[in-house]
Amino acid sequence: MLEIKNLQFNVEEEGENIDIIKDISLTVPDGKLVVITGPNGGGKSTLAKLIMGVRKPTGGQIIFEGQDITDKSITERARMGISFAFQQPVRFKGIRVIDLLRLAKGEKLSSGEACKYLAKVGLCARDYIGREVNASLSGGELKRIEIATILAKASKMSVFDEPEAGIDLWSFQNLIEVFEEMRKDIKDSSILIISHQERILEIADEIIVLSDGKVEKQGTREEVLPTLIGTQSAVAVCKRLE
Amino acid sequence: MEEMNEIQKRLLEEVADLHEVPTGAFNIRANGKSIGRNSSANIEITSKEDGSGLDIRVKDGTRNESVHIPVVMTLSGLSEVVYNDFFIGEDCDVVIVAGCGIDNCGNANSQHDGIHRFFVGKNSHIKYVEKHYGSGDGSGKRILNPVTEVYLLEDSMAEMEMVQIKGVDNTERVTKAEVAAGASLLVRERLMTHGEQEAISKYTVTINGEGGSADVVSRSVARDNSFQRFDAVITGNTPCKGHTECDAIIMDNGRVLAVPALEANNVDAELFHEAAIGKIAGEQLIKLMSLGLTEEEAEEEIINGFLK
Repeated sequence: MLEIKNLQFNVEEEGENIDIIKDISLTVPDGKLVVITGPNGGGKSTLAKLIMGVRKPTGGQIIFEGQDITDKSITERARMGISFAFQQPVRFKGIRVIDLLRLAKGEKLSSGEACKYLAKVGLCARDYIGREVNASLSGGELKRIEIATILAKASKMSVFDEPEAGIDLWSFQNLIEVFEEMRKDIKDSSILIISHQERILEIADEIIVLSDGKVEKQGTREEVLPTLIGTQSAVAVCKRLE
Repeated sequence: MEEMNEIQKRLLEEVADLHEVPTGAFNIRANGKSIGRNSSANIEITSKEDGSGLDIRVKDGTRNESVHIPVVMTLSGLSEVVYNDFFIGEDCDVVIVAGCGIDNCGNANSQHDGIHRFFVGKNSHIKYVEKHYGSGDGSGKRILNPVTEVYLLEDSMAEMEMVQIKGVDNTERVTKAEVAAGASLLVRERLMTHGEQEAISKYTVTINGEGGSADVVSRSVARDNSFQRFDAVITGNTPCKGHTECDAIIMDNGRVLAVPALEANNVDAELFHEAAIGKIAGEQLIKLMSLGLTEEEAEEEIINGFLK
Protein backbone atom coordinates (compact mmCIF):
# COMPACT_ATOMS: atom_id res chain seq x y z
CA MET A 1 0.00 0.00 0.00
CA LEU A 2 1.16 3.49 -0.83
CA GLU A 3 0.15 6.48 1.25
CA ILE A 4 0.89 10.04 0.32
CA LYS A 5 0.50 12.62 3.05
CA ASN A 6 0.38 16.36 2.46
CA LEU A 7 2.86 16.13 -0.39
CA GLN A 8 4.24 19.37 -1.79
CA PHE A 9 6.61 20.18 -4.59
CA ASN A 10 7.60 23.60 -5.76
CA VAL A 11 10.26 24.96 -8.06
CA GLU A 12 11.83 28.33 -8.43
CA GLU A 13 11.66 29.82 -11.88
CA GLU A 14 13.00 33.28 -12.66
CA GLY A 15 12.88 34.21 -9.01
CA GLU A 16 9.27 33.07 -8.68
CA ASN A 17 8.15 30.19 -6.51
CA ILE A 18 5.82 27.92 -8.44
CA ASP A 19 3.78 25.24 -6.67
CA ILE A 20 3.50 22.18 -8.89
CA ILE A 21 2.06 19.94 -6.17
CA LYS A 22 0.25 22.03 -3.57
CA ASP A 23 -1.00 19.58 -0.98
CA ILE A 24 -1.78 16.04 -2.01
CA SER A 25 -2.91 13.23 0.25
CA LEU A 26 -4.05 9.94 -1.21
CA THR A 27 -3.85 6.18 -0.80
CA VAL A 28 -3.23 3.44 -3.36
CA PRO A 29 -4.51 0.26 -1.71
CA ASP A 30 -3.22 -3.25 -2.43
CA GLY A 31 -5.01 -5.27 -5.07
CA LYS A 32 -6.24 -2.21 -6.97
CA LEU A 33 -5.60 -0.58 -10.29
CA VAL A 34 -5.71 3.16 -9.70
CA VAL A 35 -5.65 5.74 -12.47
CA ILE A 36 -4.67 9.34 -11.85
CA THR A 37 -6.13 11.72 -14.38
CA GLY A 38 -6.69 15.45 -14.69
CA PRO A 39 -5.98 18.32 -17.04
CA ASN A 40 -2.51 18.87 -18.50
CA GLY A 41 -0.21 20.73 -16.15
CA GLY A 42 -2.13 19.48 -13.11
CA GLY A 43 0.93 17.76 -11.61
CA LYS A 44 0.26 14.13 -12.63
CA SER A 45 3.67 13.25 -14.03
CA THR A 46 5.44 15.15 -11.27
CA LEU A 47 3.57 13.07 -8.71
CA ALA A 48 4.71 9.86 -10.46
CA LYS A 49 8.32 11.07 -10.36
CA LEU A 50 8.01 11.96 -6.66
CA ILE A 51 6.76 8.42 -5.95
CA MET A 52 9.75 6.84 -7.73
CA GLY A 53 12.21 9.30 -6.14
CA VAL A 54 13.25 10.92 -9.42
CA ARG A 55 12.25 14.22 -7.80
CA LYS A 56 12.43 15.10 -4.11
CA PRO A 57 9.34 16.67 -2.53
CA THR A 58 9.60 20.02 -0.75
CA GLY A 59 7.12 18.90 1.89
CA GLY A 60 5.01 15.99 3.09
CA GLN A 61 5.58 12.25 3.29
CA ILE A 62 5.45 9.16 1.10
CA ILE A 63 4.78 5.91 2.98
CA PHE A 64 5.19 2.57 1.21
CA GLU A 65 4.28 -0.70 2.93
CA GLY A 66 4.28 1.17 6.25
CA GLN A 67 7.78 2.62 5.78
CA ASP A 68 8.56 6.29 5.24
CA ILE A 69 10.39 6.39 1.89
CA THR A 70 10.39 10.18 1.47
CA ASP A 71 14.19 10.36 1.77
CA LYS A 72 14.99 7.04 0.11
CA SER A 73 16.89 6.90 -3.18
CA ILE A 74 15.52 5.60 -6.48
CA THR A 75 17.54 2.39 -6.02
CA GLU A 76 16.19 1.79 -2.51
CA ARG A 77 12.60 2.34 -3.64
CA ALA A 78 13.13 -0.01 -6.59
CA ARG A 79 14.50 -2.68 -4.27
CA MET A 80 11.58 -2.20 -1.86
CA GLY A 81 9.21 -3.03 -4.71
CA ILE A 82 8.30 0.04 -6.73
CA SER A 83 8.76 0.08 -10.48
CA PHE A 84 8.33 2.93 -12.90
CA ALA A 85 7.57 2.97 -16.61
CA PHE A 86 8.82 6.17 -18.20
CA GLN A 87 6.60 8.35 -20.32
CA GLN A 88 9.48 8.61 -22.78
CA PRO A 89 11.51 5.42 -22.52
CA VAL A 90 15.25 5.83 -22.50
CA ARG A 91 17.49 4.62 -25.32
CA PHE A 92 20.83 2.93 -24.71
CA LYS A 93 23.65 2.30 -27.15
CA GLY A 94 24.88 -1.26 -26.85
CA ILE A 95 22.38 -2.51 -24.25
CA ARG A 96 20.13 -5.16 -25.79
CA VAL A 97 16.50 -5.89 -25.01
CA ILE A 98 17.48 -9.10 -23.23
CA ASP A 99 20.07 -7.24 -21.12
CA LEU A 100 17.44 -4.77 -19.97
CA LEU A 101 14.98 -7.55 -19.14
CA ARG A 102 17.70 -9.38 -17.17
CA LEU A 103 18.51 -6.24 -15.19
CA ALA A 104 14.80 -5.75 -14.50
CA LYS A 105 14.35 -9.33 -13.34
CA GLY A 106 17.41 -8.95 -11.10
CA GLU A 107 18.43 -12.55 -11.55
CA LYS A 108 19.23 -14.99 -14.29
CA LEU A 109 16.67 -14.94 -17.03
CA SER A 110 16.59 -17.53 -19.75
CA SER A 111 15.87 -16.47 -23.33
CA GLY A 112 12.64 -18.46 -23.09
CA GLU A 113 11.42 -16.48 -20.07
CA ALA A 114 12.48 -13.19 -21.66
CA CYS A 115 10.45 -14.13 -24.74
CA LYS A 116 7.36 -14.62 -22.56
CA TYR A 117 7.51 -10.99 -21.40
CA LEU A 118 7.97 -9.73 -24.94
CA ALA A 119 5.10 -11.86 -26.21
CA LYS A 120 2.86 -10.34 -23.51
CA VAL A 121 3.47 -6.86 -24.92
CA GLY A 122 2.86 -8.06 -28.46
CA LEU A 123 6.41 -8.22 -29.73
CA CYS A 124 7.76 -11.18 -31.65
CA ALA A 125 10.53 -12.12 -29.27
CA ARG A 126 12.83 -13.63 -31.89
CA ASP A 127 13.01 -10.32 -33.74
CA TYR A 128 13.64 -8.19 -30.69
CA ILE A 129 15.53 -10.06 -28.01
CA GLY A 130 18.99 -9.39 -29.45
CA ARG A 131 18.29 -5.86 -30.63
CA GLU A 132 19.87 -2.86 -29.01
CA VAL A 133 17.54 -0.52 -27.14
CA ASN A 134 18.70 2.34 -29.36
CA ALA A 135 17.38 4.84 -31.86
CA SER A 136 16.62 2.07 -34.38
CA LEU A 137 13.47 1.22 -32.38
CA SER A 138 10.25 3.17 -32.92
CA GLY A 139 8.42 4.97 -30.11
CA GLY A 140 5.81 2.21 -29.94
CA GLU A 141 8.42 -0.55 -29.83
CA LEU A 142 10.32 1.22 -27.07
CA LYS A 143 7.13 1.67 -25.08
CA ARG A 144 6.32 -2.04 -25.30
CA ILE A 145 9.86 -2.95 -24.21
CA GLU A 146 9.55 -0.50 -21.33
CA ILE A 147 6.37 -2.23 -20.21
CA ALA A 148 8.03 -5.65 -20.62
CA THR A 149 10.72 -4.54 -18.15
CA ILE A 150 7.99 -3.69 -15.64
CA LEU A 151 6.42 -7.13 -16.15
CA ALA A 152 9.83 -8.77 -15.67
CA LYS A 153 10.47 -6.80 -12.47
CA ALA A 154 7.11 -7.96 -11.04
CA SER A 155 7.00 -5.28 -8.36
CA LYS A 156 4.68 -4.78 -5.42
CA MET A 157 3.69 -1.51 -7.04
CA SER A 158 4.02 -0.54 -10.70
CA VAL A 159 3.74 3.09 -11.74
CA PHE A 160 3.08 3.94 -15.40
CA ASP A 161 3.54 7.53 -16.48
CA GLU A 162 1.25 8.20 -19.47
CA PRO A 163 1.77 4.79 -21.08
CA GLU A 164 -0.23 5.84 -24.14
CA ALA A 165 2.06 8.78 -24.97
CA GLY A 166 3.89 8.39 -28.26
CA ILE A 167 2.29 5.13 -29.40
CA ASP A 168 0.08 4.40 -32.36
CA LEU A 169 -3.57 3.40 -32.09
CA TRP A 170 -2.87 -0.23 -32.87
CA SER A 171 -0.35 -0.44 -30.03
CA PHE A 172 -2.80 1.37 -27.77
CA GLN A 173 -5.40 -1.40 -28.16
CA ASN A 174 -2.71 -3.91 -27.30
CA LEU A 175 -1.66 -1.85 -24.29
CA ILE A 176 -5.16 -1.97 -22.82
CA GLU A 177 -5.04 -5.77 -23.09
CA VAL A 178 -1.67 -5.81 -21.28
CA PHE A 179 -3.15 -3.78 -18.40
CA GLU A 180 -6.22 -6.01 -18.29
CA GLU A 181 -3.92 -9.05 -17.99
CA MET A 182 -1.90 -7.34 -15.25
CA ARG A 183 -5.15 -6.50 -13.48
CA LYS A 184 -6.11 -10.19 -13.44
CA ASP A 185 -2.84 -11.21 -11.76
CA ILE A 186 -2.75 -8.25 -9.37
CA LYS A 187 -3.19 -10.27 -6.10
CA ASP A 188 -1.75 -8.08 -3.30
CA SER A 189 0.25 -5.79 -5.58
CA SER A 190 -1.03 -2.54 -7.03
CA ILE A 191 -0.90 -0.64 -10.29
CA LEU A 192 -0.88 3.14 -10.61
CA ILE A 193 -1.37 4.60 -14.07
CA ILE A 194 -1.09 8.26 -14.97
CA SER A 195 -3.41 8.76 -17.94
CA HIS A 196 -6.35 10.73 -19.19
CA GLN A 197 -7.40 8.15 -21.77
CA GLU A 198 -10.99 7.06 -21.36
CA ARG A 199 -10.15 3.45 -22.26
CA ILE A 200 -7.62 3.28 -19.43
CA LEU A 201 -10.02 4.96 -16.99
CA GLU A 202 -12.59 2.29 -17.91
CA ILE A 203 -10.40 -0.48 -16.47
CA ALA A 204 -9.61 1.37 -13.22
CA ASP A 205 -10.85 0.25 -9.82
CA GLU A 206 -10.34 3.74 -8.50
CA ILE A 207 -9.85 7.11 -10.14
CA ILE A 208 -8.09 10.15 -8.71
CA VAL A 209 -8.48 13.52 -10.43
CA LEU A 210 -5.59 15.94 -9.98
CA SER A 211 -6.04 19.54 -10.89
CA ASP A 212 -3.89 22.55 -10.16
CA GLY A 213 -1.61 20.49 -7.88
CA LYS A 214 -4.43 19.22 -5.69
CA VAL A 215 -6.74 16.19 -5.51
CA GLU A 216 -10.02 17.31 -6.98
CA LYS A 217 -11.88 14.01 -6.77
CA GLN A 218 -11.16 10.50 -5.59
CA GLY A 219 -13.43 7.47 -5.67
CA THR A 220 -14.42 4.28 -7.44
CA ARG A 221 -14.62 4.21 -11.24
CA GLU A 222 -18.41 4.02 -11.03
CA GLU A 223 -18.51 7.20 -8.97
CA VAL A 224 -15.92 9.27 -10.75
CA LEU A 225 -15.85 8.30 -14.42
CA PRO A 226 -19.36 9.55 -15.36
CA THR A 227 -18.43 13.02 -14.10
CA LEU A 228 -15.35 13.10 -16.35
CA ILE A 229 -16.74 12.11 -19.75
CA GLY A 230 -16.32 14.91 -22.23
CA THR A 231 -13.76 16.76 -20.12
CA GLN A 232 -9.97 17.01 -20.52
CA SER A 233 -9.66 14.30 -17.86
CA ALA A 234 -11.19 11.55 -20.02
CA VAL A 235 -10.12 11.76 -23.64
CA ALA A 236 -11.50 9.28 -26.14
CA VAL A 237 -8.75 7.54 -28.09
CA CYS A 238 -10.21 7.91 -31.57
CA LYS A 239 -13.85 7.94 -32.57
CA ARG A 240 -13.32 5.84 -35.66
CA LEU A 241 -11.86 2.98 -33.65
CA GLU A 242 -14.83 2.74 -31.30
CA MET B 1 56.43 -24.84 -27.71
CA GLU B 2 58.20 -23.32 -24.70
CA GLU B 3 56.38 -23.15 -21.38
CA MET B 4 54.79 -19.83 -20.40
CA ASN B 5 54.52 -18.51 -16.87
CA GLU B 6 51.15 -17.75 -15.25
CA ILE B 7 51.25 -14.00 -16.02
CA GLN B 8 52.02 -14.70 -19.65
CA LYS B 9 49.14 -17.18 -19.81
CA ARG B 10 46.78 -14.61 -18.31
CA LEU B 11 47.88 -11.92 -20.79
CA LEU B 12 47.39 -14.35 -23.64
CA GLU B 13 43.88 -15.02 -22.47
CA GLU B 14 43.13 -11.29 -22.27
CA VAL B 15 44.39 -10.38 -25.73
CA ALA B 16 43.59 -13.46 -27.78
CA ASP B 17 41.04 -15.45 -25.74
CA LEU B 18 43.53 -18.27 -25.85
CA HIS B 19 43.62 -20.86 -23.08
CA GLU B 20 45.91 -23.24 -24.89
CA VAL B 21 47.84 -23.58 -28.11
CA PRO B 22 45.55 -22.38 -30.90
CA THR B 23 44.59 -24.53 -33.82
CA GLY B 24 45.73 -23.45 -37.26
CA ALA B 25 48.60 -21.11 -37.95
CA PHE B 26 50.07 -19.15 -35.06
CA ASN B 27 53.09 -17.41 -33.69
CA ILE B 28 53.33 -16.52 -30.04
CA ARG B 29 55.90 -13.91 -29.12
CA ALA B 30 56.90 -13.50 -25.48
CA ASN B 31 59.47 -11.00 -24.19
CA GLY B 32 60.97 -10.32 -27.58
CA LYS B 33 61.20 -13.79 -29.09
CA SER B 34 58.99 -16.38 -30.68
CA ILE B 35 58.17 -19.17 -28.23
CA GLY B 36 55.91 -21.16 -30.49
CA ARG B 37 55.00 -21.21 -34.17
CA ASN B 38 52.96 -23.28 -36.53
CA SER B 39 52.28 -22.89 -40.23
CA SER B 40 49.36 -24.67 -41.86
CA ALA B 41 49.05 -26.11 -45.36
CA ASN B 42 47.64 -22.81 -46.62
CA ILE B 43 49.13 -20.27 -44.25
CA GLU B 44 52.87 -19.93 -43.98
CA ILE B 45 54.55 -17.92 -41.22
CA THR B 46 58.24 -17.14 -41.65
CA SER B 47 60.65 -14.79 -39.93
CA LYS B 48 61.89 -11.86 -41.94
CA GLU B 49 65.52 -12.30 -42.97
CA ASP B 50 66.68 -9.38 -40.87
CA GLY B 51 64.76 -10.75 -37.88
CA SER B 52 62.58 -7.67 -37.56
CA GLY B 53 59.25 -9.51 -37.73
CA LEU B 54 57.13 -11.98 -39.61
CA ASP B 55 55.85 -12.59 -43.12
CA ILE B 56 52.49 -14.29 -43.16
CA ARG B 57 51.44 -15.66 -46.53
CA VAL B 58 47.93 -16.91 -47.15
CA LYS B 59 47.46 -18.99 -50.34
CA ASP B 60 44.76 -18.16 -52.89
CA GLY B 61 41.40 -19.71 -52.03
CA THR B 62 42.13 -20.28 -48.32
CA ARG B 63 38.82 -20.21 -46.49
CA ASN B 64 37.65 -20.58 -42.89
CA GLU B 65 41.15 -20.57 -41.45
CA SER B 66 42.67 -18.45 -38.74
CA VAL B 67 46.03 -16.95 -37.81
CA HIS B 68 46.93 -16.02 -34.22
CA ILE B 69 49.93 -13.78 -33.60
CA PRO B 70 49.66 -12.56 -30.01
CA VAL B 71 52.46 -10.79 -28.15
CA VAL B 72 53.01 -10.83 -24.40
CA MET B 73 55.59 -8.86 -22.44
CA THR B 74 56.38 -9.36 -18.78
CA LEU B 75 59.88 -7.88 -18.54
CA SER B 76 60.06 -4.29 -17.35
CA GLY B 77 62.16 -2.03 -19.55
CA LEU B 78 61.76 -4.02 -22.75
CA SER B 79 61.20 -1.96 -25.88
CA GLU B 80 60.63 -3.47 -29.29
CA VAL B 81 59.47 -2.64 -32.80
CA VAL B 82 58.06 -5.53 -34.82
CA TYR B 83 57.16 -5.51 -38.52
CA ASN B 84 54.60 -8.07 -39.58
CA ASP B 85 53.40 -8.30 -43.17
CA PHE B 86 50.30 -10.20 -44.23
CA PHE B 87 50.04 -11.25 -47.85
CA ILE B 88 46.52 -12.49 -48.42
CA GLY B 89 45.90 -14.22 -51.76
CA GLU B 90 42.73 -14.02 -53.85
CA ASP B 91 39.32 -15.45 -52.83
CA CYS B 92 40.34 -16.00 -49.22
CA ASP B 93 38.30 -15.77 -46.05
CA VAL B 94 40.48 -15.71 -42.93
CA VAL B 95 40.42 -14.49 -39.36
CA ILE B 96 43.54 -12.86 -37.97
CA VAL B 97 43.87 -12.41 -34.23
CA ALA B 98 46.66 -10.15 -33.05
CA GLY B 99 46.96 -8.29 -29.79
CA CYS B 100 49.47 -7.36 -27.18
CA GLY B 101 49.43 -7.72 -23.44
CA ILE B 102 52.02 -5.99 -21.26
CA ASP B 103 52.50 -6.69 -17.59
CA ASN B 104 54.93 -4.21 -16.12
CA CYS B 105 55.71 -4.52 -12.43
CA GLY B 106 59.02 -2.69 -12.71
CA ASN B 107 60.06 0.92 -12.88
CA ALA B 108 61.23 1.10 -16.48
CA ASN B 109 58.85 1.63 -19.39
CA SER B 110 57.77 -1.36 -21.49
CA GLN B 111 56.94 -0.64 -25.08
CA HIS B 112 55.75 -2.67 -28.03
CA ASP B 113 55.28 -1.04 -31.40
CA GLY B 114 53.72 -3.42 -33.87
CA ILE B 115 53.71 -2.37 -37.49
CA HIS B 116 51.23 -4.48 -39.41
CA ARG B 117 50.76 -4.30 -43.15
CA PHE B 118 47.95 -6.11 -44.90
CA PHE B 119 47.89 -6.74 -48.63
CA VAL B 120 44.44 -8.15 -49.26
CA GLY B 121 43.96 -9.89 -52.63
CA LYS B 122 40.96 -9.62 -54.94
CA ASN B 123 37.65 -10.95 -53.59
CA SER B 124 39.19 -11.81 -50.25
CA HIS B 125 37.69 -11.13 -46.85
CA ILE B 126 39.65 -10.74 -43.66
CA LYS B 127 38.50 -10.21 -40.13
CA TYR B 128 41.22 -8.72 -37.98
CA VAL B 129 40.86 -8.62 -34.20
CA GLU B 130 43.39 -6.72 -32.16
CA LYS B 131 43.20 -6.33 -28.41
CA HIS B 132 45.54 -4.37 -26.22
CA TYR B 133 45.80 -4.88 -22.51
CA GLY B 134 48.08 -3.73 -19.75
CA SER B 135 48.53 -4.82 -16.15
CA GLY B 136 51.08 -4.63 -13.34
CA ASP B 137 51.55 -2.08 -10.60
CA GLY B 138 55.09 -0.86 -11.28
CA SER B 139 55.76 2.80 -11.99
CA GLY B 140 57.10 1.93 -15.47
CA LYS B 141 54.69 2.81 -18.22
CA ARG B 142 53.04 0.37 -20.61
CA ILE B 143 53.27 1.85 -24.06
CA LEU B 144 51.78 0.56 -27.32
CA ASN B 145 52.09 2.39 -30.61
CA PRO B 146 50.58 0.23 -33.31
CA VAL B 147 50.76 1.14 -36.97
CA THR B 148 48.35 -0.62 -39.29
CA GLU B 149 48.43 -0.31 -43.05
CA VAL B 150 45.74 -1.93 -45.15
CA TYR B 151 45.85 -2.23 -48.93
CA LEU B 152 42.56 -3.55 -50.23
CA LEU B 153 42.51 -4.81 -53.83
CA GLU B 154 39.35 -4.98 -55.97
CA ASP B 155 36.22 -6.35 -54.28
CA SER B 156 38.04 -7.32 -51.12
CA MET B 157 36.91 -6.54 -47.62
CA ALA B 158 38.61 -5.97 -44.28
CA GLU B 159 36.70 -5.94 -41.01
CA MET B 160 38.88 -4.64 -38.23
CA GLU B 161 38.05 -4.73 -34.57
CA MET B 162 40.51 -2.85 -32.40
CA VAL B 163 39.99 -2.93 -28.67
CA GLN B 164 41.94 -1.31 -25.86
CA ILE B 165 40.02 -1.41 -22.63
CA LYS B 166 42.49 -1.41 -19.79
CA GLY B 167 45.91 -0.63 -18.51
CA VAL B 168 47.79 0.88 -21.44
CA ASP B 169 49.36 4.18 -20.36
CA ASN B 170 50.26 5.68 -23.69
CA THR B 171 49.14 4.76 -27.11
CA GLU B 172 49.43 6.37 -30.46
CA ARG B 173 47.61 4.32 -33.03
CA VAL B 174 48.05 5.08 -36.70
CA THR B 175 45.91 3.34 -39.28
CA LYS B 176 46.24 3.94 -42.98
CA ALA B 177 44.13 2.31 -45.65
CA GLU B 178 43.85 2.37 -49.43
CA VAL B 179 40.64 1.04 -50.89
CA ALA B 180 40.32 -0.14 -54.51
CA ALA B 181 37.16 -0.50 -56.64
CA GLY B 182 34.36 -2.45 -54.98
CA ALA B 183 36.43 -3.00 -51.84
CA SER B 184 35.30 -2.10 -48.36
CA LEU B 185 36.90 -1.29 -45.06
CA LEU B 186 34.98 -1.60 -41.82
CA VAL B 187 36.64 -0.45 -38.60
CA ARG B 188 35.21 -0.78 -35.12
CA GLU B 189 37.39 0.75 -32.46
CA ARG B 190 36.66 0.41 -28.74
CA LEU B 191 38.72 2.38 -26.32
CA MET B 192 38.68 3.11 -22.62
CA THR B 193 41.26 5.23 -20.85
CA HIS B 194 41.60 5.93 -17.16
CA GLY B 195 44.08 7.41 -14.67
CA GLU B 196 46.53 9.70 -16.44
CA GLN B 197 46.45 7.77 -19.72
CA GLU B 198 46.69 9.29 -23.17
CA ALA B 199 45.43 7.69 -26.34
CA ILE B 200 45.68 9.06 -29.83
CA SER B 201 44.09 7.32 -32.77
CA LYS B 202 44.60 8.53 -36.32
CA TYR B 203 42.95 7.12 -39.41
CA THR B 204 43.78 8.06 -42.97
CA VAL B 205 41.60 6.26 -45.45
CA THR B 206 41.81 6.86 -49.19
CA ILE B 207 39.21 5.41 -51.52
CA ASN B 208 40.68 5.12 -54.99
CA GLY B 209 38.24 2.85 -56.79
CA GLU B 210 34.67 3.13 -58.00
CA GLY B 211 32.18 1.64 -55.53
CA GLY B 212 34.75 1.49 -52.74
CA SER B 213 33.55 2.13 -49.22
CA ALA B 214 34.89 2.84 -45.76
CA ASP B 215 33.16 2.91 -42.40
CA VAL B 216 35.29 3.91 -39.42
CA VAL B 217 33.49 3.93 -36.08
CA SER B 218 35.06 4.63 -32.71
CA ARG B 219 33.34 4.29 -29.38
CA SER B 220 35.30 5.40 -26.38
CA VAL B 221 35.15 6.23 -22.70
CA ALA B 222 37.58 8.65 -21.05
CA ARG B 223 37.63 8.43 -17.25
CA ASP B 224 39.65 10.08 -14.45
CA ASN B 225 42.22 12.50 -15.91
CA SER B 226 42.74 10.67 -19.18
CA PHE B 227 42.85 12.23 -22.62
CA GLN B 228 41.90 10.88 -26.04
CA ARG B 229 42.26 12.27 -29.49
CA PHE B 230 40.49 10.76 -32.48
CA ASP B 231 41.51 11.92 -35.95
CA ALA B 232 39.84 10.42 -38.97
CA VAL B 233 40.40 11.57 -42.51
CA ILE B 234 38.51 9.92 -45.33
CA THR B 235 39.35 10.89 -48.88
CA GLY B 236 37.08 9.88 -51.73
CA ASN B 237 38.73 10.07 -55.15
CA THR B 238 36.04 8.15 -57.04
CA PRO B 239 32.29 7.47 -56.80
CA CYS B 240 32.32 5.89 -53.35
CA LYS B 241 30.86 5.94 -49.85
CA GLY B 242 32.66 6.94 -46.68
CA HIS B 243 31.47 7.33 -43.12
CA THR B 244 33.25 8.04 -39.87
CA GLU B 245 31.81 8.30 -36.41
CA CYS B 246 33.28 9.10 -33.02
CA ASP B 247 31.03 8.52 -30.07
CA ALA B 248 32.60 9.25 -26.71
CA ILE B 249 31.53 9.22 -23.08
CA ILE B 250 33.48 11.47 -20.75
CA MET B 251 33.57 10.96 -16.99
CA ASP B 252 35.36 12.64 -14.07
CA ASN B 253 37.98 14.94 -15.65
CA GLY B 254 38.30 12.92 -18.85
CA ARG B 255 38.87 14.85 -22.08
CA VAL B 256 38.25 13.92 -25.70
CA LEU B 257 39.16 15.73 -28.88
CA ALA B 258 37.47 14.41 -32.02
CA VAL B 259 38.65 15.69 -35.38
CA PRO B 260 36.81 14.05 -38.26
CA ALA B 261 37.74 15.25 -41.73
CA LEU B 262 36.44 14.47 -45.19
CA GLU B 263 37.87 15.18 -48.59
CA ALA B 264 35.75 14.57 -51.68
CA ASN B 265 37.63 14.74 -54.98
CA ASN B 266 34.85 13.32 -57.12
CA VAL B 267 31.34 14.65 -57.53
CA ASP B 268 29.89 11.18 -56.84
CA ALA B 269 31.79 10.65 -53.60
CA GLU B 270 29.36 10.51 -50.66
CA LEU B 271 31.11 11.14 -47.39
CA PHE B 272 29.66 11.60 -43.90
CA HIS B 273 31.02 12.21 -40.48
CA GLU B 274 29.46 12.21 -37.03
CA ALA B 275 30.94 12.98 -33.64
CA ALA B 276 29.25 13.08 -30.27
CA ILE B 277 30.91 13.60 -26.90
CA GLY B 278 29.14 13.83 -23.59
CA LYS B 279 28.65 12.38 -20.15
CA ILE B 280 26.25 9.52 -19.45
CA ALA B 281 22.68 10.80 -19.81
CA GLY B 282 21.01 11.27 -16.43
CA GLU B 283 17.84 9.55 -17.60
CA GLN B 284 19.81 6.41 -18.51
CA LEU B 285 21.10 6.24 -14.94
CA ILE B 286 17.61 6.87 -13.55
CA LYS B 287 16.11 4.09 -15.67
CA LEU B 288 18.63 1.50 -14.50
CA MET B 289 18.39 2.71 -10.88
CA SER B 290 14.61 2.28 -11.12
CA LEU B 291 15.34 -1.37 -11.91
CA GLY B 292 17.25 -1.65 -8.62
CA LEU B 293 20.84 -0.89 -9.64
CA THR B 294 22.97 1.55 -7.66
CA GLU B 295 24.30 4.58 -9.50
CA GLU B 296 27.76 2.93 -9.82
CA GLU B 297 26.28 -0.33 -11.10
CA ALA B 298 24.17 1.60 -13.58
CA GLU B 299 27.27 3.44 -14.86
CA GLU B 300 29.14 0.17 -15.34
CA GLU B 301 26.24 -1.40 -17.24
CA ILE B 302 25.96 1.62 -19.53
CA ILE B 303 29.71 1.67 -20.23
CA ASN B 304 29.95 -2.09 -20.72
CA GLY B 305 27.10 -1.95 -23.21
CA PHE B 306 28.55 1.06 -24.98
CA LEU B 307 31.94 -0.60 -25.41
CA LYS B 308 30.63 -4.03 -26.28
